[in-house]
Amino acid sequence: MKVYYKTLKDLPREELFAPGHRMCAGCGAAIAMRWITKTIGPNAIIANATGCVEVTTTPYPETAWMHPYIHVAFENSAAVASGVEAAIKALRRKGLWDAGDTKVVVIAGDGGTYDIGLQSLSGMLERRHGVLYILYDNEAYMNTGIQRSGSTPKFSWTTTTPVGTAVRGKIQWKKDIMGIVMAHRVPYAATASISHILDMVNKIKTALEYTSEGPTFLHIFAPCVPGWRYPENKTVEVARLAVETGYFPLYEWDHGKLKLNPPSNAHLDKSKRKPLKEYLKLQGRFAHLTDEEIAELEKELDAYWEYLGKLAQL
Amino acid sequence: MQVQKTKHIEALTTNYAMAYAVKAVDVDVIAVYPITPQTTIVEKISEFVANGELNAELIHVESEHSALSAVVGAAATGARVFTATSSQGLELMHEVLHIAAGMRLPIVMAVPSRALSAPISIHGDYSDLMNARDTGWVIYIAASAQEAYDTVIQAFRLAESVSLPVMVSYDGFLMSHTVEPVELNDEEEVRKFLPRALRPYTLNPKRPVTMGPLASPDWYYEFKYQQVLALKEAYKVAKEVDSEYGRRFGRSYGVVETYRMEDADYAIVAYGGASYGNARAAADLARERGIAAGVVRVRLYRPFPTADVLKALDSVKAFAVVDRAIMFGSPAEGPLYKDIAAAMYMHGIDKPALGVIHGIGQRTIYVEDMYKIYTMLRENPRKEVVFMGVRV
Repeated sequence: MKVYYKTLKDLPREELFAPGHRMCAGCGAAIAMRWITKTIGPNAIIANATGCVEVTTTPYPETAWMHPYIHVAFENSAAVASGVEAAIKALRRKGLWDAGDTKVVVIAGDGGTYDIGLQSLSGMLERRHGVLYILYDNEAYMNTGIQRSGSTPKFSWTTTTPVGTAVRGKIQWKKDIMGIVMAHRVPYAATASISHILDMVNKIKTALEYTSEGPTFLHIFAPCVPGWRYPENKTVEVARLAVETGYFPLYEWDHGKLKLNPPSNAHLDKSKRKPLKEYLKLQGRFAHLTDEEIAELEKELDAYWEYLGKLAQL
Repeated sequence: MQVQKTKHIEALTTNYAMAYAVKAVDVDVIAVYPITPQTTIVEKISEFVANGELNAELIHVESEHSALSAVVGAAATGARVFTATSSQGLELMHEVLHIAAGMRLPIVMAVPSRALSAPISIHGDYSDLMNARDTGWVIYIAASAQEAYDTVIQAFRLAESVSLPVMVSYDGFLMSHTVEPVELNDEEEVRKFLPRALRPYTLNPKRPVTMGPLASPDWYYEFKYQQVLALKEAYKVAKEVDSEYGRRFGRSYGVVETYRMEDADYAIVAYGGASYGNARAAADLARERGIAAGVVRVRLYRPFPTADVLKALDSVKAFAVVDRAIMFGSPAEGPLYKDIAAAMYMHGIDKPALGVIHGIGQRTIYVEDMYKIYTMLRENPRKEVVFMGVRV
């Protein structure tokens, strides 16, 4: 990534995400929205998938969006953004676009990205639209009341993967969305966490600028207070532990090269990672886990790091 | 304003005629996805773009759901947009059909109609369109390649006037792939007919708006009622646009077309090219054989032209409605039949009305079949639905 901001004071003071929205106290996605809108600047159009962010920010006749904003449906935000981008191109060519170099940004949750929106995302990436797609990942369908998604981690409790006597939470592993996006050979894709703001805003800006070459993708980790069952003052701590335990590595894929970013760049050495248990124990959704189940998660995490290490050597 | 003098006539399928209309309109963004029998529209449009004859962005989407979603995004950004689909594609779009209308976006879409699975059939009937009839779109059903061409141009004017999306439908294969002579307009004249309107609300960072918000029970109904009003307005504006188009280009159709209805005792009400053409031939035959027969064709299907349909049927003794779609389990299985029955009931009109289901999955509708309908009307006028042309 290019370093556009050395400190948070280098960011514009202007706030483009208005207060008064209905997001939960301590919402990780709300933190992400504030930094996203600030970093992309005012000359951008936002296409938002149905989800928590959408319903809580646009209760007619109010809106939290100071950008031009469009919400159409759940599974099609990438297709809508493709249309917005194509329209700007066509209108500009005909001398009918008066707003200059307008950027197009998608904001979608994990349900709208990993699951129902995967097809339209793939189409947008394959067609090389100059769109920045931002996934805020809270690891379940939170808007409808905490149902399992393709992003929900193994063993996690959700309302559709309850902890029972026969089945204990989600059976499957979390889908590797970054791998899917990178397979489209996009110019730039990166992970970021609301706990590491400087890293996140520089990645947002880098990804935004790269849209002149084609589609870019950001996977932002955004903890959810009611869905993950932790106290609302712990959001940033949970997100930070996700990074520090290696559960959510910070890395970027820049023109075919994978680079781990601090602090994750030290985590190929397992001893530098905090024990996964420290991350899990803060959250009610993992409260039922046995030591054996935690060991299984750790084993899978080690395998994931081995895979990342190989990718980083490419 | 004067009627164009020089004539440019081409031999075109209705699908190609649609592409020529899109070129004349100077559309900005077109979503392209193949489905039979629509595909040759977007093939021809792609040729126009490849040859530099049409300055548009093509979006080669990965599904029809994305096709309509992409043109929703483009229309919201202020571009003039077009897409086309049929059958399963229209079904896959269904969610976004409602949204496009609810967001009041001036989208124009061609729908050469086709039967629905299962069993899969690539052939024509209007099952696809009829499933979309109450989505809030304006719907035209054309009966010739020329009319389809003219209607696309009218559709953009109407869409941009009343802020509603418009479908232009016609018979899959029987029209979509049938070559007819089509008089093409001077493109400069078309652009004068369709000036770039300044839409007050588009996605533009200079004038930010939020589109597609969440409406609580305190607001939702008002949004929906405005759509009701907009469609009522569209009934009026569609007639005005058709008249002005006629003055400029020398061709107009009305919202309902009639054939030999002046003194008709018995009428067939139909839509689309095959049904209308064969009904007219049957009316001629019936008149030769002493039956005062006529035909009423519904061209504007949504908003339903109640006043015009009732007026056209005012003096008949009995009529039949030929539907090329089945509304399963309905009190009467023909969708147009139900519309006319409801319109008549609301206006206190009680006439024998025969519902005829025919042409399903492109089962051949013979002129003799249509003639038989006239004899049924004369010999035993009644209210009943019959399934014609099927082995029972």
